Amino acid sequence: MAQEPILTARGIVKRYGRVTALDHADFDLYKGEILAVIGDNGAGKSSMIKAISGAIHPDEGEIRLDGEVVNFRSPIEARKAGIETVYQNLALSPALSIADNMFLGREIRKSGPLGSIFRMLDHAAMEKIARDKLSELGLMTIQNINQAVETLSGGQRQGVAVARAAAFGSKLIILDEPTAALGVKESRRVLELILDVRARGLPIVLISHNMPHVFEVADRIHIHRLGKRLCVINPKEYTMSDAVAFMTGAKEPPREALAA
Amino acid sequence: MSEPTVASQPSQEFEKVLSGSSKQVASFDTHDKTPLQKAQHFLHKRPAAVPLIVLVLSLIVFGSVLGSKFFSAFSLTLILQQVAITGIVGAAQTLVILTAGIDLSVGAIMVLSSVVMGQFTFRYGFPPEIAVICGIAVGGLCGAVNGWLVSRVKLPPFIVTLGMWQIVLASNFLYSANETIRSQDISTTAPLLQFFGTNIRIGNAVFTYGVVTMVLLVGILWYVLNKTAWGRHVYAVGDDPDAAELSGVNVKKMLMSVYVLSGLICALAGWTLIGRIGSVSPTAGQFANIESITAVVIGGISLFGGRGSIMGMLFGALIVGVFQLGLRLIGTDPQWTYLLIGVLIIAAVAIDQWIRKVAG
Repeated sequence: MAQEPILTARGIVKRYGRVTALDHADFDLYKGEILAVIGDNGAGKSSMIKAISGAIHPDEGEIRLDGEVVNFRSPIEARKAGIETVYQNLALSPALSIADNMFLGREIRKSGPLGSIFRMLDHAAMEKIARDKLSELGLMTIQNINQAVETLSGGQRQGVAVARAAAFGSKLIILDEPTAALGVKESRRVLELILDVRARGLPIVLISHNMPHVFEVADRIHIHRLGKRLCVINPKEYTMSDAVAFMTGAKEPPREALAA
Repeated sequence: MSEPTVASQPSQEFEKVLSGSSKQVASFDTHDKTPLQKAQHFLHKRPAAVPLIVLVLSLIVFGSVLGSKFFSAFSLTLILQQVAITGIVGAAQTLVILTAGIDLSVGAIMVLSSVVMGQFTFRYGFPPEIAVICGIAVGGLCGAVNGWLVSRVKLPPFIVTLGMWQIVLASNFLYSANETIRSQDISTTAPLLQFFGTNIRIGNAVFTYGVVTMVLLVGILWYVLNKTAWGRHVYAVGDDPDAAELSGVNVKKMLMSVYVLSGLICALAGWTLIGRIGSVSPTAGQFANIESITAVVIGGISLFGGRGSIMGMLFGALIVGVFQLGLRLIGTDPQWTYLLIGVLIIAAVAIDQWIRKVAG
């Protein structure tokens, strides 16, 4: 791993009252890789990811993006820095349309005085981009881009959320359990999409409990245990049962993986 | 970096069969819907249609019972004049309710603003222009206090505005010493305060500037809510504030701006109120908060936030106005009006719940 990591986190601490969710956790993400994050429930995966995506503010520690120290106070700031996240709850507004949801918080205004003085939105342009992005994914069979998100199935909603992240992420994309709600076929589509995004050079952080999916697409696997990074393993060198054993504490991780 | 896996080659044994899977996409049954389901879908897309239908029906019913006594330009425009205040305050209420809040202090803010406009002119001798600006500023300030408590201190809007209602109303009585400023005094020294009472007559039809203001205000807010990013964010925040926050809406700032704007609109209603009643009275507009909530609810705007159209609020206010005038002309006990409005409120919420069940 000769290149510089695009994102590093060192000594992240997050306490919720008397519970320490993150206990001096570290994190590294390199350019163009898919890094899977696995861990037991309560290991602190979500807190780690939220610290990177700006949804929580760590009590201690330092996060660097492209070598620069960043200090996100909100998900909006992280998004501006090019970090897009697909949350487990998808963060979509059910009553708004697909196009409205994709452009929530970064709407396109009409050019000319209609946009600058009357703040009029360019619905046509947004709908076109949204439709292009969705068909690029081939993930769904949506007839009407103005359909309210609440009228879509779970898989289609997931598709909208992933499409939004893929369309706007410029530095990295974080996917929290992207296949948890999906059927076999839709999961396959999302995995292909993840590989597609990597082919475009964007690194991806993938949080998943689905070991076959993790071992299939990940370049490296970050195993989180008891609030910190236990080790990072190469999926080619270890089996799924090894990973589960490390994750649950049934087996000590190898020395060289600890150093990584 | 390891070699990328080939995307099109499924690695899992059970996925091998996918290549042979049916290519048929999920199709939506659009053909075999019952008329009732079609209606449900239509209403889901056009939330203002129900109150519009009710409004038209009530106009037809009262028109056929009362004939030209009701169906005259004079009576119909009288309804508009009577609902102007409710419509303007209802616009403020709509904004707050769309964010899943409620504003019980709208009426009190309206009255306090009108009292400030009157007292600043007559007690301190300010030019009426300055007094009006001060009154509007007071409205904005009250809204800002509401907004700060709701968005920063995270208190429930119901509690915040219940408290502010009492605080503002008491301040209004304390400050005005319960004094009314007489209409004649206003029209001789500061006619600007009665500006919104000015009439435009077209035949028998009488439109006050207050009515015009209500229609313009609702039109502008409709545009803002539907065609600007701010408006879409109002809906998103009311729908699911956490999702809105995560997808990049500054929820605190949004709530603050909604409550401040609501306060400013209430102050405008206060100015209109002077035009409507002629005088400045600290006891006027006591029921504006309940009337505005009634208009919003009958207008099909969901009290749970994020759904409904401001046009619905206008139709809701007009429905109440039509019932009030129609039943008065028929000569029934006014309690029948309240009884029917109560029925309408419950029916409106029941329809809202039914529309929400739409799927697919």
